[in-house]
Amino acid sequence: MTHSTMPTGSVISVDNLSIGFRGKAGHMLPVLRNISLDVHQGESIGLVGESGSGKSTLALAMMGYLKTGLRVLNGDVSFEGQKMFSQRRAALESIRGGRLALIPQNSGQSLTPTLRIGAQIQEALKLHSAQPSETFGARVIELLSQVRLPDPASIVERFPHELSGGQQQRVAIAMALAGEPEALLLDEPTTGLDVTTQAHILELLRDLARDMGMAMVYVSHDLGAIARVCDRVAVMYAGEVALEGSVRQVLRDPSHPYARGLLASIPKLSDICLPRALDGRPPAPGGAGQGCAFVSRCAIASDVCSTSRPDLALQPSGARSRCHHVDKVHEIPLSGDREVGKRALSDETSLSLKDLAISYARPSLWGKSVGREDTSVPTVEGINVALRRGETLGLVGESGSGKSTILKTIAGLLPPLSGEVTAHGGAPLPSKVEKRASTELRQIQMIFQNPDESLNPRQTIGQILAQPLILYFGLSGQALTEKTILLLDQVRLGGHYIDRLPSQLSGGEKQRVAVARAFAAEPDLVLCDEITSALDVSVQAAMLELLDDLRRQKNTSYVFVSHDLAVVRALSDRVAVLYQGRLCEIGPTHAVYGAKSHPYTEVLLGAVLEPDPDFTPELSASDVVELAPPAMGCPFQRRCPKRIGSICDTVAPPLREPDYGHKIWCHIEEI
Amino acid sequence: MLAMLFRRLGLGAITVWLVSVIIFLGVEMLPGDACTAFLEREAKGKLLENCREDLGLNRPALMRYTEWAKGAVQGDLGVSAKGQKPISELVGYRLRNTLLLASGAILAGIPLALFLGVVSALWRDRPVDIVVSTLAIFAMTIPEFVSATLLILVFSVWLGWVPGIVLTPANAPLVEFFPEVLLPITVLTLVMTAHILRTVRSSVIEALASDYAQMARLKGVPYWQMVFRHVLPNALLPAINVIALTIAWLLGGVVVIETVFNYPGLGRMMIDSISDRDLPVTQAIALIIATVYVGVNLAADILTLLANPRLRTMHIRKG
Amino acid sequence: MTPSTTFQRPSHIARLGTVFVDIIVRPSGAIGLTLVIAHLVLALIAPFVVPYDFTEMNATLVMAPPSSLHWLGTDHLGRDTLTRTLMGGREAILVTGIATPLAVMWGGLVGIFFGLAGGKLDEVLMRIVDAFLSLPWILKMLVLIVTFGTGIEVLIPTLAFFYGIPVIRIARAATHDVVARDFVQAARARGHSKMTIIRQELLPNVRDALLVEGAMRWSWMLLAFSSLSFLGFGVSPPTPDWGLMIADARGFMSFSPLGVLAPMVGLSSLIIGINLTADALAKALGIDRAQKAPV
Repeated sequence: MTHSTMPTGSVISVDNLSIGFRGKAGHMLPVLRNISLDVHQGESIGLVGESGSGKSTLALAMMGYLKTGLRVLNGDVSFEGQKMFSQRRAALESIRGGRLALIPQNSGQSLTPTLRIGAQIQEALKLHSAQPSETFGARVIELLSQVRLPDPASIVERFPHELSGGQQQRVAIAMALAGEPEALLLDEPTTGLDVTTQAHILELLRDLARDMGMAMVYVSHDLGAIARVCDRVAVMYAGEVALEGSVRQVLRDPSHPYARGLLASIPKLSDICLPRALDGRPPAPGGAGQGCAFVSRCAIASDVCSTSRPDLALQPSGARSRCHHVDKVHEIPLSGDREVGKRALSDETSLSLKDLAISYARPSLWGKSVGREDTSVPTVEGINVALRRGETLGLVGESGSGKSTILKTIAGLLPPLSGEVTAHGGAPLPSKVEKRASTELRQIQMIFQNPDESLNPRQTIGQILAQPLILYFGLSGQALTEKTILLLDQVRLGGHYIDRLPSQLSGGEKQRVAVARAFAAEPDLVLCDEITSALDVSVQAAMLELLDDLRRQKNTSYVFVSHDLAVVRALSDRVAVLYQGRLCEIGPTHAVYGAKSHPYTEVLLGAVLEPDPDFTPELSASDVVELAPPAMGCPFQRRCPKRIGSICDTVAPPLREPDYGHKIWCHIEEI
Repeated sequence: MLAMLFRRLGLGAITVWLVSVIIFLGVEMLPGDACTAFLEREAKGKLLENCREDLGLNRPALMRYTEWAKGAVQGDLGVSAKGQKPISELVGYRLRNTLLLASGAILAGIPLALFLGVVSALWRDRPVDIVVSTLAIFAMTIPEFVSATLLILVFSVWLGWVPGIVLTPANAPLVEFFPEVLLPITVLTLVMTAHILRTVRSSVIEALASDYAQMARLKGVPYWQMVFRHVLPNALLPAINVIALTIAWLLGGVVVIETVFNYPGLGRMMIDSISDRDLPVTQAIALIIATVYVGVNLAADILTLLANPRLRTMHIRKG
Repeated sequence: MTPSTTFQRPSHIARLGTVFVDIIVRPSGAIGLTLVIAHLVLALIAPFVVPYDFTEMNATLVMAPPSSLHWLGTDHLGRDTLTRTLMGGREAILVTGIATPLAVMWGGLVGIFFGLAGGKLDEVLMRIVDAFLSLPWILKMLVLIVTFGTGIEVLIPTLAFFYGIPVIRIARAATHDVVARDFVQAARARGHSKMTIIRQELLPNVRDALLVEGAMRWSWMLLAFSSLSFLGFGVSPPTPDWGLMIADARGFMSFSPLGVLAPMVGLSSLIIGINLTADALAKALGIDRAQKAPV
């Protein structure tokens, strides 16, 4: 059925591995099914898939490790010829962290909080290094410099919580390198980091793998990151390898319907169309049935697909694909075709922000009582933006740039220090939500990042949607039910969801409920706070389509906050770039993403990764995290690759307008 | 961090002060006063006036509070209504005896609780855990007077190993309390161990499931090294506060245990003083117990502050 | 078959059902709930099923061993031990059964209110709560009981008052947890009134914590009630009560150990039952009870 001979030179070899857990009914439910995969010396292979595809389980299984409750159903993993699941404990311990090392997803939580960084790396050296222990101190410093951490001598003395996310990730890499591994397993190592930090870490990993000749298994949901560091890719779906081949084979012209759908659902900087949604969701463990696991979502499925499970068959190109109809996959397009820019916008102003300044730091009681002046610099300052009816404004920036803070202030949840928020060109809105009139409240609605947090777990979907309907329109009885069902239909969920609780919905479905709740108020303006960042990429594409549909039908304006520049590009008419709570640049989407832009925008755009094997990011600025904006001058002064001199540190940058409506705040004259 | 330390100290002081106010007001609000209470309700005339004169009850409340609080700070707890003796003198030996009981239970209970808690967490859902956890529920929930009576029945009535009643006078040297003190210490230890081991168990289980414990295993750290170096230091930090609360809370339980065993400690003195309506003594004992409670909790707070790098390095993060 | 195509009709009643099932499938929950229900039923029907009148003394049969007439023997006044044991929990269950909901309600409301208000008011209240908690329960209870007497009309409000104080803390902490969540922010941003937010968003989420807390309070109250009556400050004779029975029979336990053992089993089985149920309930609701200190 699947090949089992181990080619020479393979470091890790997975042989027909199936892993599962015992379900409530007592059956074994597989999370991995018949995986066969070889990782060769010095090669880096990417495992890509959406949440629940089994990619992390597979990576951990390569170390002979299973999370509690999981069991090997059949097959085994060998590392350099040694069977990992029949290995004795001591032998496993000498391999793990030594010749085979893991870099975990969330280093912040994977470093022991009570141990200093130096002690944790030394521990790895003690376990795996043959050198005398006197050399360990120097070796730790060497490792920390190797992962390009500034001032390694002081890092040694710190505790994990005293480092930034990027620094913690580098420490984890240094710890993995301590055992001089032949193979590195990376479990989503850059997820949750800012784009610039992620790009820097990926470059570091590329260089390390090349210099040290290590094999790498790179687990990620992000095809852009995979494209940057991997030679080969295995696309996982519902616990199976759906497609395996070289990066070029998989990313340029994948010969599996799921891989094509996945690729099409990724928003790309180079693409002005909305990504294409991949409807449906993968089967739950044990729910795949007799046929192909992808059959229910496949556009080219035929009868045979639901009755017989396809093999992972070798294609003429050299790739292996688990599909009955490889000859027909080219019918499935690789990109979207819906252009969003083509909408007529009215001249009516929907929202305007005037000189907005916001501060999170409230003077403490003690500070107030001793008459201490509040000298801290405001978190957000000098925000002037106007938004037309039906227009979508994208707000981008790294974490800490104040983008969500601005949304909270518009919604009235966080009163500003100074400045005004105006809707429809009328009088300024009261800064506190409690003081706003009912229509003012109704017109502005907000959707939060994480639907698990923003939907009350104790209310049914019907009760959740009824709240705005009762509050703003006084609906009740039959009218209320009808309107609720209409809303559910609008977000393509259907009326049968009305009695369910949020915990019974998938992430994408929950976020649809949150969207429906916002639109129940028939708002003019919807504030979207990173609303797709908790979703899988195929679900995100469907969400973007939904948002586009709704604004076309209702002529709603959006303020769309995201850290993902490609997502913002796909949806926005105009984009504002924020750094440390200050505007760097604002203008029409094509202009901001075009040739002339602020140095910070260039840095951000340069760090974006495209799912394209020939794409190289441009890293021009350091990825140092700044905790507070500078007191004067340009907010980006400390990291700017194009700094022109001390003027940047002392004088606030002037406004330049290279095109009509395209504003850039920078000292450089010819942007 | 110093600032945090001082803040805790300040809060502790405020709590003690509030307790003193509550005690004082509580007694004020009761019908009658120390003299009517002690001399019974129907007391009238000369006797009552003399008593009031003696205790200074005919002065304004605020003045009496200030005086009482001032005395208490200097270690002078006033004079008992019954027998007119200085309370500090009466309390001395009783406090010592209760501390003997408590420290015996603490010395035996904390190591036992830590050991059993860790063991039942490491062998979670195995027979040893099921036995320990079940026994813990029994020890924790059965009232002290029930377990005390049961132990007396078994070990002194049936087996005759240790005396079931303490007959040593309050001011006897400590050695004379042996072996009578063993049963009361056992009862106290049982309850305390049960409470602490449940907390330890659950926080060790949580730490074992953490990403850092998994990471330690995946970097090749042997199991026991992972337990001792990575899991326990993190798991036992939250236990400090619960240990403190349990110790402090047991001061209430001590009252019952001392009564059952006729043990001459602070708890029995409290019951006696309440039965006798000797309000000055009751007030004094309440203040002592509350101060110990606040003190133990404060010590735990400070210990956590010193042991937890997250809190210890607070100033670095702010700066 | 994807999970989304299998339709259930889950609602609040269904959730209560799942919680109930979740409780009784755990051995601790099944045993605990059985014990509690058995005790409640017994408290209701005991007067009709006991073999003797609980006051009936038989001077010729004092401290008798078990016999076919008196299955568990008689006490020092010649009263039937079985009768008195079966009847011995009624007063305790009545008093604590009324005082527990009262305590949870007043403590819960105050806790939620101050948790929402925050600021200096909240700080001051928490200090007062701390001060109250630093006094041993037995002292607080005894002072009031000695002054006002030991009737139900004193015991219920006293227990409800003192045992509501720790509930304030729990309710306040739970409120803080919920208020920080986005769904409360969302409700604020929509412009709902404070009362609506409390009723619709807050209460359903704080309720779980209070439910578990209530079960715990019940067990602590029973412990307090029986301890008081053991010390002679509770139920007045000749009303049968476990605490009092143990105190009475203690002096004679070398002759008639059943006199103390029978009420011990009665009291312990109820308290253990409540605790096992509370444990299972906490697990079913996803609250870790062992992390909490026993204040």
